[in-house]
Amino acid sequence: MTAYLRPRDLDEALAARAAHPDWLVLAGGTDLMVNANHRPAPAGILDLWRLVAICLVRRTDEAIGGAIAIGAGTTWLEVERDPHVRAQLAPLAAAAREIGALQIQARATLGGNVGTSSPVGDSLPVLLALDAELELASPRGRRRVAYRDWCTGYRTTQLAADELIVAAHVPIPGPATRTAWRKVGTRRAQSISKVMGAAAITLDGDVVVDARIALGAIADRPVRIAAAEAAVRGLRLTDAAAAARAAVASAIRPIDDIRSTASYRREVAANLVARFFGPAAAGPAMS
Amino acid sequence: MAPVGRSLPRVDGVAKVTGRAQYLDDLDAPGAWHGATVRSAIAHGVLEAIDVDPELAPALAAGELCVVTAADIPAKNVIALIEDDQPALVPIGGRVMHPDEPIALVAAPTRAQAFAAARRVRPRIRPLPAVFDVDAALAGAVRLYGDAGDNAFKRFLIRKGHASDDELEAVFAAAAQVIDGRYATSPQEQMYIEPQAMMADWRDGRCHIVGSMQCPYYVHKAMKALLGCDGDGVVIAQSVTGGGFGGKEEYPSMLAAHVALLARKAGRAVKMVYDRDEDIAATTKRHPCRTRHRLAVDARGELAAIDIDVVMDGGAYLTLSPVVLSRGVLHAAGPYRCPVVRVRGRVVATNHPPHGAFRGFGAPQTTFAYERQIQKLARARGEDPLALRKRLALRTGDTTATGQRLEASVGTDEVFAALEAVAGAPPARTGVNRHGAPVRRGRGVCFYFHGAGFTGSGEQRLAGRATVAATAHGFEVRSSSAEIGQGSITIFTQLAAAALGVDPALVTVIDPTTSRVPDSGPTVASRTAMVVGGVVDRAARAVRARLEAWAAGRAAGGSLAEHARAYVAQTGGELAETVTYEPPPGIAWDDATYTGSAYPVYGWATCLVDVEIDLDSCEVAVLRCVQAVDVGKAINPTIVRGQIDGGTLQALGWALLENVLYKDGKVANASMTNCIVPTFADAPELETLLVEVPYPFGPSGAKGVGEIPMDGPAAAVANAVEDALGAAFDELPISPEAIAASRPAWSAP
Amino acid sequence: MKLAIEVNGAVRAVDASPWKRLLDLLRDDLRLTGTKEGCGEGECGACTVLLDGEPVNSCLVAAGQCDGRRVTTVEGLAQGELLHAVQRQLVACGGAQCGICTPGIAVCAAHLVDRGLVDAGDAARAQVRELLAGNICRCTGYQLIVEAVIAAAREVASGRQR
Repeated sequence: MTAYLRPRDLDEALAARAAHPDWLVLAGGTDLMVNANHRPAPAGILDLWRLVAICLVRRTDEAIGGAIAIGAGTTWLEVERDPHVRAQLAPLAAAAREIGALQIQARATLGGNVGTSSPVGDSLPVLLALDAELELASPRGRRRVAYRDWCTGYRTTQLAADELIVAAHVPIPGPATRTAWRKVGTRRAQSISKVMGAAAITLDGDVVVDARIALGAIADRPVRIAAAEAAVRGLRLTDAAAAARAAVASAIRPIDDIRSTASYRREVAANLVARFFGPAAAGPAMS
Repeated sequence: MAPVGRSLPRVDGVAKVTGRAQYLDDLDAPGAWHGATVRSAIAHGVLEAIDVDPELAPALAAGELCVVTAADIPAKNVIALIEDDQPALVPIGGRVMHPDEPIALVAAPTRAQAFAAARRVRPRIRPLPAVFDVDAALAGAVRLYGDAGDNAFKRFLIRKGHASDDELEAVFAAAAQVIDGRYATSPQEQMYIEPQAMMADWRDGRCHIVGSMQCPYYVHKAMKALLGCDGDGVVIAQSVTGGGFGGKEEYPSMLAAHVALLARKAGRAVKMVYDRDEDIAATTKRHPCRTRHRLAVDARGELAAIDIDVVMDGGAYLTLSPVVLSRGVLHAAGPYRCPVVRVRGRVVATNHPPHGAFRGFGAPQTTFAYERQIQKLARARGEDPLALRKRLALRTGDTTATGQRLEASVGTDEVFAALEAVAGAPPARTGVNRHGAPVRRGRGVCFYFHGAGFTGSGEQRLAGRATVAATAHGFEVRSSSAEIGQGSITIFTQLAAAALGVDPALVTVIDPTTSRVPDSGPTVASRTAMVVGGVVDRAARAVRARLEAWAAGRAAGGSLAEHARAYVAQTGGELAETVTYEPPPGIAWDDATYTGSAYPVYGWATCLVDVEIDLDSCEVAVLRCVQAVDVGKAINPTIVRGQIDGGTLQALGWALLENVLYKDGKVANASMTNCIVPTFADAPELETLLVEVPYPFGPSGAKGVGEIPMDGPAAAVANAVEDALGAAFDELPISPEAIAASRPAWSAP
Repeated sequence: MKLAIEVNGAVRAVDASPWKRLLDLLRDDLRLTGTKEGCGEGECGACTVLLDGEPVNSCLVAAGQCDGRRVTTVEGLAQGELLHAVQRQLVACGGAQCGICTPGIAVCAAHLVDRGLVDAGDAARAQVRELLAGNICRCTGYQLIVEAVIAAAREVASGRQR
């Protein structure tokens, strides 16, 4: 018989996690419950759904320009509807809106996306491009990990066996930084990504001072494209688009699978990134 | 107001929106066990043994588990359909023909136990070389079917206006212009949202089967053969059915066989509800098809000859493939005037799971080819694509490829006029979308037809029957037509009420349980409203006439329902009329030469599609989709509209994003996540135009409507994408990957 | 595990594995079979119910997670014989065909309409298409469902004004 615990607070959750490393850590269940009736029942369920300590979205001012802390248990529906996120982290709000459809957005959480660490996790390129940090907790204490160092391989992360993800801290891009996001999926909604791109581009006039460029679904994990970031630095936007396109196309090695082809992914990834430097890339339209 | 031509709310509507409608898995079945299927996992081989894990022995001994193999089949080990080639379960020593072939069955008190036990029953199969490619199958190195050496289940040859191949080639040699193209269409999953589901129970010496199905009498026929009983030995009932689209035409006989065998051996009711993954992997799909199509055009721009060669992949067993191919070749020349036509068709055995019925039934495949060809002709001649189609279109008095002279209900001019009235200007050819990406836009049109009802003399042979009865409570319609969402019970209610002259509320259409209804034929081929509805209409008129005559004899006043009550009170029984289908006059078909009246009547349609292609992602957005369809008469306009809307979106999905991918004969994308269909967000606002050119021999002028909307839109999409980009798209799906790969062929906007 | 779940307004006590899917708990333990299973993987939306007022796929919810929470199924939309506006309009507009996806669509659309997430104006069509994209229907091409939901939204909005 499967045991079940709904902890009252984070301490109880951490204690249970340490005591029962074989239990399933469950929040929205949108990944872990797929075909659940054909999966072996877990020894226990550590239910983090609606655990208050990890369900907050708040503005913090710990870094210059401020950051927004998003609790790991926050659903994508809450992320997408949060006024801070909508105003300050438009690409994250846009990505949230393209994660599954309403029923998935109402259950899937930031922590789930980050913890599952699927190469097609929809929010992950955005966390890379916005240079987010993850806050982790264990009975040993708390620590922070830069999201760019989080993924260690295909669906593997730095998470320790006694740790839980508490929050993502996402720095608010400054006024000189434009951000962009686009997902190309198998269809227009409720889709699995074929290619995703996200970028944060800091400009001085129309010259690129710095850029973080991230792609999803083109490797075993979400990746920053250092070659493209280096290629655009110091270029005017009009030149940066072509430089980014060429750099992305030669830097990535996507694969063929049942959802798309390597050549399509390479071409579209390059196109998406180039478009981020184009004249109309003011971020996705939000209604 | 007359009940016909009005959008009465569907009679099953409230039950469905409240969740009260009982689908198979909703039926209360206390004590019923659950069944699961052990499958081959190998595409081609010989079944040498079936190993039952010793761990199952205690449960088997305790009677808490039941395992069935071919040895448990009481009579003939076949799923009887056209040919008896498909077994219900592969016997030891028998040949495994595809990777999801049923080998053994398991039943247990819970579904989880059944699935767990099924994993512990393992077939031992000696593999044989498998064939997945139709060319390899035709080459015949591996024999899968027949003795002819080409593995063809069926071949057809249609000749019009020429006696020999040399004569045909002479027309091509003399042509001013030849358009020669090769086309390929992909397999398609029906993706009804209720998976296949069936339950059996042996009571009073009879096998009672209830489930999700289109054709109760197909199941009845198959069970008589399998169980070795007469018609009274098995009763087939339909539960509320969550979609079919052809996918529940022949496959339910397989589930019925399996639950019947399990229930017989387990001595209790057994139900089987497929998982989605299993349903996608094992059940029938639309036949993948390739078509070579040649058009010869004379100096005046008239069609001089059409030559078509169609090859379909039938999969592992014959199932309905000959009939699918038949409809494919009969539609292949299109609704165009042409004196010389040759159509050749073959459907070939491979080691894929059998392909089978899916809305359109062969016609969408060949329609895609001919409407691409006509488009290429328009481009080659620099002629407006719609004007060219109008110029060449069949009209009353013209003859089809089989020499059928078109008489009544040819809606050609009406469907063109309806489309032209709303077409408006094509979209701007270039622009920028919400992502900042450049876009190209284009418009495509097509014109097509679809034969309603069974092919040739099929309806005469079948002689479908239906009963209308006056009872103490009103009037009852009894037919074997299955309500599968298309609205048949509402349509029959309206037709019977109109013929009887009574309020539709007094009419009840009963469930098509084989012990209670005559065989009206299967729920397929766009025949339910037109053919069975026509029989219902005549039966209702006969009941009314007899009741009125009886009442006149008594000189008693009152309504027809009051007469019915009085009749029952006086005679102690109901007044029922069972009527048999009668073909319209002038229908003659020669099965040997494939000439004559292929169908009693055709539906006609035009389609317009505007597309926008994102040049960064090569995704296609359908901006507009207009379909003008001649339905004869819309008995219930809302229901007809809904039917056409649904078929249209299935066609758009087939054109752009649906596909079934095979790897070593097995479906590689057997999940709803990966075998995708359009969502609300993918669908355009559908502009469906009902055109009514009455068919004198259909009830109130109605003719078939179920399948036609599936045939045309894929070609219209391809034509629109070609218009936008300048590159030809001759294979489905027209995926973003295919469009991206075509980039070098794009023309300037 | 002993669970107490408020289902359609009444607290129901059920003894079930916490790993059991909410879908199975509703259908098998509570015999509320209006909620349908179309895929078991959160793709089709036929099993949509409201969990604490938000639409979720009940095939992806563990029963244990529902203890002490509120669940609304299609059986809870109507008040007695009085159908919800969405249900009424689905019938009137022809938005239900085979009906197997209909309960999930009715639940999700009723949520949208009751929460005022569908405008009465021009944006309504796009909103409905985005917000219902988690409900797959294979029969209708969606068109008459869109019409029905918009009609219901207008009906509910005008009822609010009155």
